[in-house]
Amino acid sequence: MVSAAVAFEAGAGSSLDLRGVSHRFALEGAPLDVLDAIDLRVGAGEFVALLGPSGCGKSTLLRLVAGLDPPSEGELFADGEPIAGPHPSRVVVLQDPTLYPWRTVSANVALGLEARGVLRAQRARVGETLRLVGLSEFANAWPHQLSGGMAQRVALARALVNDPKLLILDEPLGKLDSLTRLTMQGEIASLWRRAGFTALLVTHDIEEALLMATRIVVLSERPARIKADIRVEKPYPRHRGDPELVARRHEILGLLGFESAW
Amino acid sequence: MSLISALPARAATIALRPAVAAALDHRTRAAALAFVAAAAWLLVAFVILRWPDLGDWGRGPELAWASVALAAILIVSGALAATGSTRLGRLQRATPWLIALGLVFSAWEAGSAKLGWLAQPFFPPPHAILEVFTDDWPKLGESIVASVKLELLGFALGAAVGFLVGVLLGRSRLFGYWVHPVLRLIGPLPAIAWLPIAFFAFPSSWSASIFLIALTTGFPVAVLTWSGVASVNPAYYDIARTLGASRAFLVFKVAIPAALPQVFVGLFMGLGASFAVLVTAEMMGVKAGLGFYLQWAQGWAAYANMYAALIVMSLMCTSFVSILFRVRDRVLSYQKADLKW
Ligand SMILES: Nc1ncnc2c1ncn2[C@@H]1O[C@H](COP(=O)(O)OP(=O)(O)O)[C@@H](O)[C@H]1O
Ligand SMILES: [Mg+2]
Repeated sequence: MVSAAVAFEAGAGSSLDLRGVSHRFALEGAPLDVLDAIDLRVGAGEFVALLGPSGCGKSTLLRLVAGLDPPSEGELFADGEPIAGPHPSRVVVLQDPTLYPWRTVSANVALGLEARGVLRAQRARVGETLRLVGLSEFANAWPHQLSGGMAQRVALARALVNDPKLLILDEPLGKLDSLTRLTMQGEIASLWRRAGFTALLVTHDIEEALLMATRIVVLSERPARIKADIRVEKPYPRHRGDPELVARRHEILGLLGFESAW
Repeated sequence: MSLISALPARAATIALRPAVAAALDHRTRAAALAFVAAAAWLLVAFVILRWPDLGDWGRGPELAWASVALAAILIVSGALAATGSTRLGRLQRATPWLIALGLVFSAWEAGSAKLGWLAQPFFPPPHAILEVFTDDWPKLGESIVASVKLELLGFALGAAVGFLVGVLLGRSRLFGYWVHPVLRLIGPLPAIAWLPIAFFAFPSSWSASIFLIALTTGFPVAVLTWSGVASVNPAYYDIARTLGASRAFLVFKVAIPAALPQVFVGLFMGLGASFAVLVTAEMMGVKAGLGFYLQWAQGWAAYANMYAALIVMSLMCTSFVSILFRVRDRVLSYQKADLKW
């Protein structure tokens, strides 16, 4: 763990600036409007959770921030520079671990270093990062030999080994069992606090957002607009029974149209 | 022995009985099977030696003594099995097959060489086929070398080109625009249909045959490689792109490894289809190889030679398939094994 603290420079997060970002998909017949003039500024080192109804455009927004697709309208900036394409300082972790089945765990983690041609110089980081997520013993295992939680930890290591300035998480814990999810929520939050990257997390779990994020952005039905932007100023580690968080939970449920649901 | 002292021993015997009985049962069964197999092969020798041949076929005594030798080995293996030894264990696993083969050979010998129930000269006895192996092996060996060379060259060429075409079809739109229609038109055509044209369009019937084998192999390899590359999980590309992958990295480190299982399906299909072209090409044009040997033997009504060539040919084909399975298991070792060839 000490080596891990050395490996990640603190305060290395990037800031984000989204200006009037709209996006539509050209479907046969009518175009599908997915994002509607999103304006969002994220400071360096913030942990922002995005909440919104299913299909409202959260994953689409993340793809734009990652530079995987260009927006239909508007501009995105990272650290003041326009986002023109993917960049290894902005890495994604998806709901499915999407590990390459033909690579061992450590070769999967090494993917980014290899793609950038720095594997030879930085090979030690692979082991360090695997230790960070507690999977040193599985370095030589194949992905099909891992449980869902372990595979997702490997995916996290594959992202972290690149020392990202922005970590983009698209429902990363969505498919895990509730106990594994609880453990990993704590782990990701503490990794974020130690490493200092900026985090953008999409989740469908309000409690998860409240436990992990410094800020929760609530989106409307498709086409997504920002409905509310809530700061959560609570020290970590947080507790789910905390009265302030419980109050926030009701507030957000109301924003999502579930006032009477609890 | 008094009744009292016998009791504990008896109790122990009873307690041990199921396990010991099972082991003994297994041993006696293995030994019995080996002895039956030995008897079956002694029967082969007996049938060959006891009655004179109706016709003139060589190597009868040799086959008889080889059968006796096999029977002797089987008796030794039976004795070993009775003592619980696992030496000659592989032979022991084969004993049921050896029984069946011994009986078939006996019946075959009797039906062909001794009683003439099987129409002659179409069904020569086993020792006539043995004669081909012992007396005609230089020619047979030459044919094997020629066939293996032709098959390997054609298959390797077809596999390489098919793979390349498949990857390009999966990754390049421009290439697809020009090549896809050609592939659709030509691919399904049986390569044999090219045969008459190929034999005069190419400088030699040998190079024409290589082209035809390559064409037959290449089509399924191209189509399956293409489908493998086209069906790569798009998230694999997204992940690699965000990690800073270049276009070459996406092709060589993502698309191709992801498509490899499909590529091997194509290779197996291509290999199977190529055998047919190999034999046909050898029969129709190339004056060498097992297919040519087969046809030459038919011309001389040398039926024993035809059976010998058939046996060698099937051994060659199954060896090619086995080797490809080995390669696949090695390259795709990350997968759980699905099929044992
Ligand atoms: N590549 C695409 N082509 C067409 N429609 C898409 C595409 N990706 C997403 N969509 C549509 O856009 C909408 C938002 O999708 P998404 O961003 O994945 O929602 P979510 O908020 O659940 O992550 C959905 O209606 C989806 O069907
Ligand atoms: Mg989504």
